[in-house]
Amino acid sequence: MTIDAAKRRLLASGAAVAGVAIASGVTLIAPATARKAGEAASDKVRWGLLIDSNKCDTGCDECVIACKTENGWQGHERPTTDPQWIRKVHLKDNKTGATHSLPVMCQHCENPPCVDVCPTGASMQRADGIVLVDRHTCIGCRYCMMACPYKARSFVHEDVTGQKPHMPRGKGTVESCTLCVHRIDVGGTPACVEACTKKAGKEAMIFGDLNDPSSDIAKELSKHVTTRLRADLGLEPGVHYRGF
Amino acid sequence: MNRLKVILGILFMAGTVFAVSSALAEQSTVPLPSPAKAYKGTQCVEPADVMRREHMTFLNHQRDETVRDGVRGKKYSLQQCIDCHATADPEIMAGKVRTLKPFCAECHSYAAVKIDCFACHNPTTPLDKTSDVDLNKMIASHLNEAGDSQ
Repeated sequence: MTIDAAKRRLLASGAAVAGVAIASGVTLIAPATARKAGEAASDKVRWGLLIDSNKCDTGCDECVIACKTENGWQGHERPTTDPQWIRKVHLKDNKTGATHSLPVMCQHCENPPCVDVCPTGASMQRADGIVLVDRHTCIGCRYCMMACPYKARSFVHEDVTGQKPHMPRGKGTVESCTLCVHRIDVGGTPACVEACTKKAGKEAMIFGDLNDPSSDIAKELSKHVTTRLRADLGLEPGVHYRGF
Repeated sequence: MNRLKVILGILFMAGTVFAVSSALAEQSTVPLPSPAKAYKGTQCVEPADVMRREHMTFLNHQRDETVRDGVRGKKYSLQQCIDCHATADPEIMAGKVRTLKPFCAECHSYAAVKIDCFACHNPTTPLDKTSDVDLNKMIASHLNEAGDSQ
């Protein structure tokens, strides 16, 4: 335990140097969270999102565009079968006429039903709480899609070419938001969060470690009451919403 | 005298049969595979004979570590295979990209091995690395820095 703590401190200091060195060109590095090469994800971390629907604009879909660009998924004008990792949901209070808009993606549940039902173990949860599909063992049965109450997962119906090097995708497997795991593993933030801040200028999405009381997301969560979608199901999603 | 003729005849026939059969055998031999030379680099992560026998084990083992445990930046990586071994082929996208086919498919078709790595993984990479995504640079610089700080 003590050795682990020492390792983590060493890692934090090493990563801080990395963050400074890269900062001139790239601003994605969040020094304290980058892992050393060869180190596995830790269960001391619990990644999460906080989405403030008051700041989210009905007409804005920069987060969706950023996700498509980053992960290389797109539709074929066939809405019933097209892949969809993140979507904008529009809500209207019929009594008052007030409208809301918010992005919905994989909620990265602590008790994910998609993992419970998977017959091959392809649907899995990483130590740091990120829920993923291991396509190497996915047989495309789509039980997980039926189990997910958020409709977060898609099935790839078409042949795929020109995949991004960091995001292999192929016909016959299920896929969903990975929380941009390839960015997080090198200390970055998910593409949707970055686009919301930099392109849309809204800052409606905050990403961080829910277990770290000093992180921005934990501070915000301690200040405001937030909701989680279908909290009654007891799935303990990692994605929190504010404003509805 | 007759006996000598018979012996000579048998020897002649045996010689002819041997010559014809060896010529036939040469024609029907499947040519040995000749995988393309690496685009860059002269030394693989392991000696060539080890890689020939074990590359699939290395890749299978590390892919599980990466996807399931989040381990990044270790020795074996399909991305690294592509980086070194993908070469331009005039028959594939008019030679405008580098692809792994001239390297991988040679031996796999000789050994009648059917892999499906590239149903999901993109086997191509731009000819010049300048058009590569920023993310790869970010990963590389992160890993270098992390290595230096140890």
